[in-house]
Amino acid sequence: MRWDFATVIEHADVLAIGAVGTLRIFAICLVLGLGLGLPVGLGRYARNPWLRAPATAFVEFFRNTPVLVQIIWFFFALPILLPFQIGPLTAAVLGISLNSAAFSAEIYRGGIQSIERGQWDGARALGMSWLQAMRRVILPQAIKRMLPALANRAIEIFKMSTLASAVAYVELLQQGKLIASLYYNPIEVYTAVAAIFSVILWPLVQLSYWLERRLKGGE
Amino acid sequence: MTVLRLAGLVKRFGANPVLRGIDLTVERGERIAILGASGSGKSTLLRCINFMELPDEGRVEFGGQVVGSERDGRRRYAERELTQIRRQVGMVFQHFNLFPHMTALGNVMEGPLTVLGQDRVQAEARGRAELARVGLADKADAYPAHLSGGQKQRVAIARALAMDPALLLFDEPTSALDPALVGEVLGTIRALAEDGRTMLLVTHELGFAYHVASRVLFLADGLIHEQGTPAEVLKEPRQAATRAFIASHKQFSL
Ligand SMILES: Nc1ncnc2c1ncn2[C@@H]1O[C@H](COP(=O)(O)OP(=O)(O)O)[C@@H](O)[C@H]1O
Ligand SMILES: [Mg+2]
Repeated sequence: MRWDFATVIEHADVLAIGAVGTLRIFAICLVLGLGLGLPVGLGRYARNPWLRAPATAFVEFFRNTPVLVQIIWFFFALPILLPFQIGPLTAAVLGISLNSAAFSAEIYRGGIQSIERGQWDGARALGMSWLQAMRRVILPQAIKRMLPALANRAIEIFKMSTLASAVAYVELLQQGKLIASLYYNPIEVYTAVAAIFSVILWPLVQLSYWLERRLKGGE
Repeated sequence: MTVLRLAGLVKRFGANPVLRGIDLTVERGERIAILGASGSGKSTLLRCINFMELPDEGRVEFGGQVVGSERDGRRRYAERELTQIRRQVGMVFQHFNLFPHMTALGNVMEGPLTVLGQDRVQAEARGRAELARVGLADKADAYPAHLSGGQKQRVAIARALAMDPALLLFDEPTSALDPALVGEVLGTIRALAEDGRTMLLVTHELGFAYHVASRVLFLADGLIHEQGTPAEVLKEPRQAATRAFIASHKQFSL
């Protein structure tokens, strides 16, 4: 067969629009997913059962359902229960962010638990409240240890963004589908899409390697 | 003036009664050495005094005020009140527990800055003064990882002092140190004693206790088994258990 990338390059602008869409949903889900994960992770760690039980239920539920099912549920099922419509972006953001929050909550919890008891003792003996100890002593050390795992989570979020194409959100894969359906060139288009993903993700993956190496060196 | 009074203090861990009724009054300026075998509850006693562990029974009076309130026949402690007490009680640990992500100065400033709400300039001045007091003015910018054990412990002492504590608790402050580094830490503690600081000191350095303490307690079976002046307890112990304990510290020479 003959490769025909000319058509793909001709429609680079369509893919560019998709790339912008991918970056947008990635940015939103990164902030929401990792941000929401922290309170959930703290809840998982709390001694108070009124905080711990809902946090545990949240983590269990979102870890045990496929993100694609969640996105489709938010897009097609939730609007039936609500008096308003939910757009593709919102549905995809909900699915991906909540799932990421559940996974990153476990990273936060593990990171916080990895800090020695003596650090709590040192902070508490000074008269710090729980929140002060967490903010000034525990989290700064825990975050450093969690960075490689959080970077991996960011990579996962980036890849998960393609699931938004299931509800026709305009992102890279969705735009690729569009070109492929018009010009019958799926091999070239999807190869190009994969290549673009790989190029965008490359620095992020390198960053995660670097963080892992640095952590090993520091211990 | 009475700094601290314990009455009938009991602490259990599950079915393990670690403290079975401790009565103790600490006057201002007293330096009390606490001796006892490993596992006799020395650390638990100190941790009950600053409420890092909550006593199961008994009363703690701090500065004349009873801590906690009695309800349904049980003593309840509000977190806010306990935090308030910890601000006034300094604690120095066997393993230092310095914050590794802060410099020596950062460690010492942390209490004034975060807990007392002082501004940076004020907290830094205080931090530098306390580092100078323990002889580490030139290590202000060093991270704990780059300090020797003795230096770490002196930073930890400075960190406690920066809070102006009414009472200092030392939990085996030299037990984790190389023998060569013990002297500098004991010297720092001795200087504090000469300043008239009130302190409770858990230690296995009997010679140091003999020369620096104003009173010595021997803890066994969850009780104060014997107490008195250093000469009484260390030279002429009345109880067999105390005698055995002191005999086991062969290097002890007065
Ligand atoms: N947090 C805890 N949970 C359960 N048991 C504990 C705890 N802390 C101390 N203990 C137990 O209490 C006893 C006294 O411990 P500790 O106060 O550390 O003794 P010491 O400091 O004299 O060596 C030991 O038997 C120890 O195992
Ligand atoms: Mg101990």
